[in-house]
Amino acid sequence: MPDYNWPEPDSAALVGKRISRVDGPAKVTGTAKYTYDVTRPGMLYAKVLRSPYAHCRIVSIDVSAAEKLPGVEAVYVVQGAGTEIHWQGDDIAAVAAVDEQTAEDAVQNIKVQYKQLAHLVQEEDLSKAGDRAKPAAEQVVGNPDEAFAAAEAVTVEGYYGTSVVTHCCLESHGFVAEWEGDTLTVYPSTQAVERLTGQFAEALKIPATNVHTMMQYVGGGFGSKFAVDRWGIAAAHLAKQTGKPVKLMLERAPEQMVAGNRPSVYAKVKIAAKPDGTLTAWESDSWSTGGMGGGGSPPMPYIWNFPHQRKRHTAVSINAGSARAWRAPNHPQGCYVTMCSIEDLAAKLKMDPLDLVLKNIALTGERSELYRQELLKAAELMEWKRRWHPRAQGSPGPVKQGLGLALHTWAGRGHAAECRITIHPDGYVEVSTCTQDIGTGTRTVIAIVAAETLGVPMEMVKLNIGDNHLPPGGSSGGSTTVGGVSSSTRRAAMDAREQLFARIASGLGTTAENLETVNGTVRVKNDPSKGFTWKQAAAKLGVNPVSAMGKNPDEAKGALTSSGVGGVQMADVSVDTETGVVRVNKMVAVQDCGLIVDMKTAESQVYGAMIMGIGYTLFEERVMDEITGRMLNPNMEFYKLAGLADTPEMVVHMWTDAEQQKRGVIGLGEPPTISPGAAIANAVANATGVRVPTLPLTPDKVLAALEKGGLA
Amino acid sequence: MKNFELYEPSNVREAVATLVKIGPKAKVIGGGSDLVAGVMKDWVQGNGMPLPDALVDLSTIPQLKGIKVDKTGATIGAMTTLTEIVESKDLQKQFSLLTQAAHSVASPLIRNFGTLGGNINQRPRCWFYRGAEFNCYKKGGDFCYSVGGDNRYHAIIGGELCYIVHPSDTATALLALNAQAKIAGPRGDRTVPFDQYFIGPREDVLRENILKADEVMTEVFIPTPAPGTKQAWSKLKNRQVYDFAIVSVAAAFTTDASGNWADGRVVLGGVAPVPYRATNIENQLKGKNVKNSIKQAAATIRTAARPMSMNAYKVDVAQTMVERTILGALG
Ligand SMILES: Cc1cc2nc3c(=O)[nH]c(=O)nc-3n(C[C@H](O)[C@H](O)[C@H](O)COP(=O)(O)OP(=O)(O)OC[C@H]3O[C@@H](n4cnc5c(N)ncnc54)[C@H](O)[C@@H]3O)c2cc1C
Ligand code: SF4
Repeated sequence: MPDYNWPEPDSAALVGKRISRVDGPAKVTGTAKYTYDVTRPGMLYAKVLRSPYAHCRIVSIDVSAAEKLPGVEAVYVVQGAGTEIHWQGDDIAAVAAVDEQTAEDAVQNIKVQYKQLAHLVQEEDLSKAGDRAKPAAEQVVGNPDEAFAAAEAVTVEGYYGTSVVTHCCLESHGFVAEWEGDTLTVYPSTQAVERLTGQFAEALKIPATNVHTMMQYVGGGFGSKFAVDRWGIAAAHLAKQTGKPVKLMLERAPEQMVAGNRPSVYAKVKIAAKPDGTLTAWESDSWSTGGMGGGGSPPMPYIWNFPHQRKRHTAVSINAGSARAWRAPNHPQGCYVTMCSIEDLAAKLKMDPLDLVLKNIALTGERSELYRQELLKAAELMEWKRRWHPRAQGSPGPVKQGLGLALHTWAGRGHAAECRITIHPDGYVEVSTCTQDIGTGTRTVIAIVAAETLGVPMEMVKLNIGDNHLPPGGSSGGSTTVGGVSSSTRRAAMDAREQLFARIASGLGTTAENLETVNGTVRVKNDPSKGFTWKQAAAKLGVNPVSAMGKNPDEAKGALTSSGVGGVQMADVSVDTETGVVRVNKMVAVQDCGLIVDMKTAESQVYGAMIMGIGYTLFEERVMDEITGRMLNPNMEFYKLAGLADTPEMVVHMWTDAEQQKRGVIGLGEPPTISPGAAIANAVANATGVRVPTLPLTPDKVLAALEKGGLA
Repeated sequence: MKNFELYEPSNVREAVATLVKIGPKAKVIGGGSDLVAGVMKDWVQGNGMPLPDALVDLSTIPQLKGIKVDKTGATIGAMTTLTEIVESKDLQKQFSLLTQAAHSVASPLIRNFGTLGGNINQRPRCWFYRGAEFNCYKKGGDFCYSVGGDNRYHAIIGGELCYIVHPSDTATALLALNAQAKIAGPRGDRTVPFDQYFIGPREDVLRENILKADEVMTEVFIPTPAPGTKQAWSKLKNRQVYDFAIVSVAAAFTTDASGNWADGRVVLGGVAPVPYRATNIENQLKGKNVKNSIKQAAATIRTAARPMSMNAYKVDVAQTMVERTILGALG
């Protein structure tokens, strides 16, 4: 057995190069089939009746009229009489019918009597939360009172917040469910093909061996697609009741209401520094909601280990759809609150925030030297030192320009994954693992690693993913996939290569350890004239292919992944101080993530994260109606995402020094989405001279902040 | 979406006859991007607003499509798409206010589908109204949710009972261009200037215009502007991709040799239940040097405005936008 390792960067043929995603053509030509595209013979369509109230009890439910409608084949009550419903849009009953129209008509015909109960749907005003607010114990580090009271302390107090935002997957959540006897086949739209197996089995009380889950393409997940959900179980029940395949995809409105969101955070923060900018103390009173569950608790102060801290956090449960993991859970909120207050302090000290963070960089701990270098690189790419000006001291005229920055971190260690590689006698290489490509380029990464290891062109590598009958490949969350699957693939490929060598070495008059694969050949080390083409070598296998399993983690035989990435982002914005409209002119991202398998798809993650970041910073917000408890913008019209025209010049610099190469492959999907909120908001503060306290930075809030004035 | 019957008339008379025969539960459809993909898809209905059982598709009537420009002005068929308007060289030359307004509507996809008739007659976007569960005045209910709710996008002028803002960008431009609508109905054709076409909630909260259920808008006529007319369109959106106006301004006016306002119109979108003609601003400018007087004139919007709890910012924005648009038109 070899000791597993990654190829040296200068010898790699594929790893670290710019390679286009292997499923790009399928996606742009439409041959890629998403769950939304799945149709099965005789398939029925399901629609769901959802609660119109934010908080109510179901008094009675009568589905008879719906059942009688021609074309309706089954009605399944998800939550029956007596159930207390805690948010608008929660599933009440599902209907399966021959087409979507009939199913919708049937839903309109279900009669439900509700008893409305008192609701709370807004959390920013904590004084209205009453017993819905659950404060956690205060946390104290060092001696904050003394630090704030110190004669020389310069303090700044501010209020910062980010609203609840939703995931907005392009493909909504949903399933196609089909039974054959007591075996269930499910086509989910998910980040966790394999994990759903157990969830379905448990909910339906059937053996896990009777559940087959399959998915080739998913239109986005961002953390919201790990569960079978009530509607998945409903689809399975309807399919059982009717004996026909049933497709249940969420409409856009419920997608926005119930299929996940990112918790808010609001915080009153006080920080102190010495007159020279040395950070000393942090105090925060924060609160947030993630629906009935109360929501997350963002790490604060984020990254910066203030020597003295006092923190109080309150979770508020409200009557709205539950939070789910949202690209780097909790980090964007923590980063926003922390980096904004640090920027406000810099303004008070009349310091360039870049100088302030560099001065304090040791407070970031073991990553501090890397952060320092990344800050300097980002500053160079943004021409920060030439272009930065003190607050509100930019150009005359109503449109003001400004710069802002933020830093972030993430873990990203590769998850557990197994992989089987088979080298067929015709030379084709089959890689099988139950992972899924959620748009991050997982397919491409696996193909690169297998092809690199075996020295074959990527076209020779055939991938089998997205099927729970394959070796377990893990869920795609936490930026753990790339480390997991690249490692298991590398190990399997190295073992398969070893076996191939063992079987053909004698034909080359040598032994296995003297062979190498290079550029489509298998040849004798130090004697390149002696060798086979890859195809010839494979043909020597006769009728018996070579097959090997790889597994991550397997630390005893070398670690191919590790943990801990980070980055710096800077934003350049223009603010029209008469209309309140903010435009991002340019963003710079400097990001490290260990060994990069594919430079192109890695950069692509950073571009996408910044665009998503512009969305939640400038436009996105879940708007709830206090009186009725309903969401006012469960659509793509008033829930505003950033589009192409809102996308600025973006400069991405991936950090690729020898140190990073040695760390193995680490995840990247989430971290670059953490900093944009703070970087852009800080640029707006720099441009206008005032702090717009809460995201999104919409014209009404920008104008209100300008009218109010003040530093923080 | 609710099931419906589809009618495909081959001429306007047949379309009107179908509307008369079926009654108020029949509706005409242009591109369907609002009626079908919006109202019907989202079950926007109420006592005063039943969902249609039948749709009368105007796309099967060739006469309703097309752009003709002659000395007297431009005649545009109601079924002409917004994209066709945007791309018309003739319109760009003399009626740039309309082509720019049309270009600022929604996204290319929607402009390819959306027709001029549909854009002018589209239903409002008030987020309570569009939510199936809100039974408000405009749907025949007995409440306006915007008064005590989130009204950041609602009217700052002319709201009463209902506080929608008129959603159409082309309507705002057409009013500034002094255009008129040609309407066909069971009682024959009639021509209505856009000055009289739009109605506020006080007149009828269930409708936004004078069109009757059995009538069809067939074309729009825009008189050729007086020589030297300056035209300008601006639309403030929160983001750059498709978005309805926070405030839009359409201006068409003439000045004399010394830069004094001779004649013209200033119309605002996004501020009132109808495209809002700011006659107070026009009057302020009359006979005065536009450049020197615009600041003061634009400020009169403040006296007309009665903002709601969350939309006072729109007053500031409207004032700024009027000023900028007129100054922009001066070049
Ligand atoms: C995401 C989105 C963004 C949008 N942004 C904007 C925007 O920024 N600015 C803007 O102005 N609009 C905007 N719209 C609205 C869009 O422009 C309209 O949907 C479109 O113009 C309607 O045209 P249509 O032909 O599809 O109308 P339809 O949906 O066919 O009809 C709309 C209404 O008009 C009636 N109607 C249609 N034609 C006639 C006729 N000839 N005579 C009498 N009545 C008629 C119909 O009965 C119906 O009630 C947006 C829409 C969407 C979905
Ligand atoms: S503003 Fe008009 S459309 Fe909106 S809720 Fe009030 S009555 Fe209904």
